[in-house]
Amino acid sequence: MLALFLRDLKLAIRTGGGFGLALAFFLIVVMFVPFGVGSDLTLLARIAPGILWIGALLACLLSLDRIFQLDAEDGTLNVLATSPIPLSGVTVAKSMAHWVTTGLPLTIAAIPLGYLLNLPSIAYAWLFVSLFIGTPALSFIGAFGAAITVGIKRGGLLLSLLVLPLYIPTLIFGAVTVIKAVEGSNPMPSLMFLAGLTLLSVVIMPFASALALKANLS
Amino acid sequence: MSLWEYANPVKFMGLSSRLIPTLSVLTILCLVTGIVWGFFGTPDDYKQGSTVKIIFLHVPSALMAINAWMMMLVASLVWLIRRHHVSALAAKAAAPIGITMTLIALGTGAIWGKPMWGTYWAWDPRLTSFMILFVFYLGYMALWSAIEDSDTAADLTSILCMIGSVFALLSRYAVNFWNQGLHQGASLSLDKEQHVDDTFYYPLLFCIAGFVLLFVLLVLIRTRTEIRLRRAAALAARNV
Amino acid sequence: MPDLGKYADTVILAYIVSFVFLIGLVGLTWLQSRRAKRILATEETRNGK
Repeated sequence: MLALFLRDLKLAIRTGGGFGLALAFFLIVVMFVPFGVGSDLTLLARIAPGILWIGALLACLLSLDRIFQLDAEDGTLNVLATSPIPLSGVTVAKSMAHWVTTGLPLTIAAIPLGYLLNLPSIAYAWLFVSLFIGTPALSFIGAFGAAITVGIKRGGLLLSLLVLPLYIPTLIFGAVTVIKAVEGSNPMPSLMFLAGLTLLSVVIMPFASALALKANLS
Repeated sequence: MSLWEYANPVKFMGLSSRLIPTLSVLTILCLVTGIVWGFFGTPDDYKQGSTVKIIFLHVPSALMAINAWMMMLVASLVWLIRRHHVSALAAKAAAPIGITMTLIALGTGAIWGKPMWGTYWAWDPRLTSFMILFVFYLGYMALWSAIEDSDTAADLTSILCMIGSVFALLSRYAVNFWNQGLHQGASLSLDKEQHVDDTFYYPLLFCIAGFVLLFVLLVLIRTRTEIRLRRAAALAARNV
Repeated sequence: MPDLGKYADTVILAYIVSFVFLIGLVGLTWLQSRRAKRILATEETRNGK
């Protein structure tokens, strides 16, 4: 499992797709917001938590189809399915690799981007923590969507349609955490819900993904 | 004789063809009674005026929007565990009905909301939840139509329905947490103090029964359609 | 026709919208069912020969 994790990590770095593209996309989304709503700093400060969370979530969505697609095309997935590691384990390794190459860089990038959007200074720690805790859920849920659509040609749009509704609770708890911090009220309850959500996704999603992969491979 | 006998497509076709005429009559009776009674036979509410009559469409459709998803969940589980084809096809058949019910609930709610809340749309938790339910239905139906192999499609949609149910429920609580609502309390509680007045309650019960019967009837017809299409595809494959 | 007062438009619009959706659903179901029957019938006659 560790070997698989490292292999996915290496592949993602070498092909250069995951890292750079998601970050560039995130930057562009954040840059577009002032173009769309005007450069009024007080307005930007108010909508910054939501924009940063939505931007990170969409950037995460971009690289999801890579999780299984390449391995399914060259037959690696069939080999993995017959290997001693259970498919749920394969999913865990791949979701983790996806998080390290996408979720983690996005979490770090959100800090300077928050500055661009005039995010109040008290909120940075909460932004970082909420993204750090919340993005693993995005990767694990996303891997499930990728597992379901792996057999479909040009399934990218369908993948978004399936995954985005599943992201709703994560987005709500994540964004509310930062908004509460900005307002000066207690962000802990929503952060706890967010953490619970991530734990739940980590526990149930690999099994669901394994079921979906099995159905697709048979 | 067990219930599972009807998981056999031939048995199902036989039983459903005998049920459909009776069911159609009952559906029409309940719907006509409920709606005519509700529309012509109830007084105006002291607060809501005549808009209270919208309840006879809004509440049953909202109920069925959720129950249709529940039925799909049960049918999906039956397919995953016992591999009965009729079950998978029934889940597929129910989705378009569920999405229509969601649209009716949203539509009537919006129309009622304009004079009562002063707006067609507000980000009230229940409205938002229904919007989310609508998106879940869309994803589910899109997945069915995207996969060619029918058993794989049944597997994947069933898994999606399972996971979707968990996340739809989570979204419901998340949305509640995110925003406090405008909606009134339960209109259908068994507790006399809570639910709507008797004059509205009885016609409403007829309407709900009518919507439930309509749902069952349409699911039966649509499942029969799916079975026929499946059989035709099998025959076509054999002829080639 | 009962007196619907000032909210007549609202109530009638809600009923019309609902009926349009319901009739659309029933109609669609009916059309699809007819189509399936026709397809199956042609396949069966082809198979019978």
